Amino acid sequence: MPPNAPSRPGGQPTTRPQTALTAIRALVFVLSLLPFLHLLRGALTDGLGANPLEYLTQQTGTWTFNFLLLTLTITPLRQMSGVHWLIRLRRMLGLFCFFYAVLHFAAWVWFEHFFLLEAMARDILKRPFITVGFVAFALLVPLAATSSQYAQRRLGGRRWQTLHRSIYLIGILACVHYFWLVKITAIVYPLTYAILLAVLLGWRARDRIARYHGPPHQRMMGK
Amino acid sequence: MPPPLAFPRITPSEITPPAVFAARRAFIRSTGALILAGGLGSAGTVAFATPTPRERLAVSRRSPLSTSEATTPYRDVTRYNNFYEFGPDKDSPAKHAHRLRTRPWSLRIEGEVRRPQTISIEDLLAWAPLEERIYRLRCVEGWSMVIPWIGFPLAELIRRADITGNAKYVEFHSLADPEQMPHVRTPLLDWPYVEGLRLDEAMHPLTLLAVGLYGEVLPNQNGAPVRLVVPWKYGFKSAKSIVRVRFVERQPKTAWVKAAPEEYGFYSNVNPAVDHPRWSQAQERRIGEFRKRPTLPFNGYAEQVAQLYAGMDLRRNF
Ligand code: HEM
Repeated sequence: MPPNAPSRPGGQPTTRPQTALTAIRALVFVLSLLPFLHLLRGALTDGLGANPLEYLTQQTGTWTFNFLLLTLTITPLRQMSGVHWLIRLRRMLGLFCFFYAVLHFAAWVWFEHFFLLEAMARDILKRPFITVGFVAFALLVPLAATSSQYAQRRLGGRRWQTLHRSIYLIGILACVHYFWLVKITAIVYPLTYAILLAVLLGWRARDRIARYHGPPHQRMMGK
Repeated sequence: MPPPLAFPRITPSEITPPAVFAARRAFIRSTGALILAGGLGSAGTVAFATPTPRERLAVSRRSPLSTSEATTPYRDVTRYNNFYEFGPDKDSPAKHAHRLRTRPWSLRIEGEVRRPQTISIEDLLAWAPLEERIYRLRCVEGWSMVIPWIGFPLAELIRRADITGNAKYVEFHSLADPEQMPHVRTPLLDWPYVEGLRLDEAMHPLTLLAVGLYGEVLPNQNGAPVRLVVPWKYGFKSAKSIVRVRFVERQPKTAWVKAAPEEYGFYSNVNPAVDHPRWSQAQERRIGEFRKRPTLPFNGYAEQVAQLYAGMDLRRNF
């Protein structure tokens, strides 16, 4: 996904000492867990409102999408700021996206269908927004499975990168999922997510074009 | 003004003692009631405090049409609402409906009537004795509640409206004041919110004009000061905060039918056999319950209302 940014001419060194980075990653980890802890506390204290099962489904879906967008924000942010260690946060954010997707999927499996395979199959075939959500989730699985450095090495940079570009498609499917499930009165939510995604993908498209026409040393490399 | 109200068709044991009833009416007329009933500070000048005084309503009788199912807690009934004039989320009405001023309030009755009239909410409240009706409510989204409403049959209003022979349908218009209802500025639905019933549906004894719930004046987020309750139809048919009742000859163009005609029909009777295009209507989640329960035809009121639709194709007239 993100090409390696050219080093800024005369820029400051943007690597961090390992300890500082470890601390930042620990902080991001804890922050990323907060929505989950909030839901867990609510579930244990009857604090999720009148329709707790719906609330859980919606919140986990929202956080899946939030982390998807956050993951896609790393590369533009890194390129624009030159802060290269940001890349070291990306895998964690991507895995949190998957974590919330698993919870979201589990909420549907449990609260909507009570583990009835036949009912789930029917729902996937019948409701278009479920079909699309399911495909998005299925596409997330190989990304999570190949997130380790070991998998990256095994696959080889280029194949790994090609595989992981499917996150763009997953983002688009997530938008379709969202647009398809809301009523017109709530259209502002999927619209907001669609605009954010469009900005993130648009930035990449522009970057590629610029790179294509740019000096040769800026050619694509890395993810 | 209609003639002073007698107590029609009620056995003595059912009626509120006249002294209580008169006191209630006097109280409702007084400014005190204006304050309490609307949940507002005096004449709306005082900032809205959250634990608002909740004005109790005297109920003159209970109804045999009530269900004996467990009622949904007040907290859930008043915090989990769809009232899009106040925002898109379930908690938007509870958060924002304090901006609604329910006094003074008047209701315009017009259209195919011999004498159009505008009546105040106070006069409307005196048009018929209030009764409690514990009804199931099934939302088109797939959840349900059991709510103890207070009100009187819409038929009482229709009787006093003096309608002409051309009146075949009734339209209900909700308030659409951008000052009080911030979201009517967003053009997502065609405001004001309009709902409608066929005249025989409107005259049906189950059809209620509600002014309260749980023994109290209707909270703003539930459609104060006066709303419709049609228990065998999906919840959105029951228009809230009504300012206009219009009798018409042709089937009204209602808000959701205009917004998404392939998803919402004029009739919108609760029907487990006809799915919403995007989800099944076979089951529902009763608020407070974990497992889903099957949805009943006409929301369990088939015995009372099925004959209204005899011979109609309910798949086509969804
Ligand atoms: C990448 C994958 C997915 C993303 C990003 C995603 C995102 C979302 C979002 C943002 C919402 C709306 C939350 C709200 O209304 O506030 C939602 C709702 C929902 N999603 Fe997903 N979702 C995904 C996958 C799935 C899958 C796999 C299923 C089930 C098979 C599913 C089922 C649902 C259901 C049932 C709702 C609730 C609909 C409602 O409240 O009426 N989603 N999802």
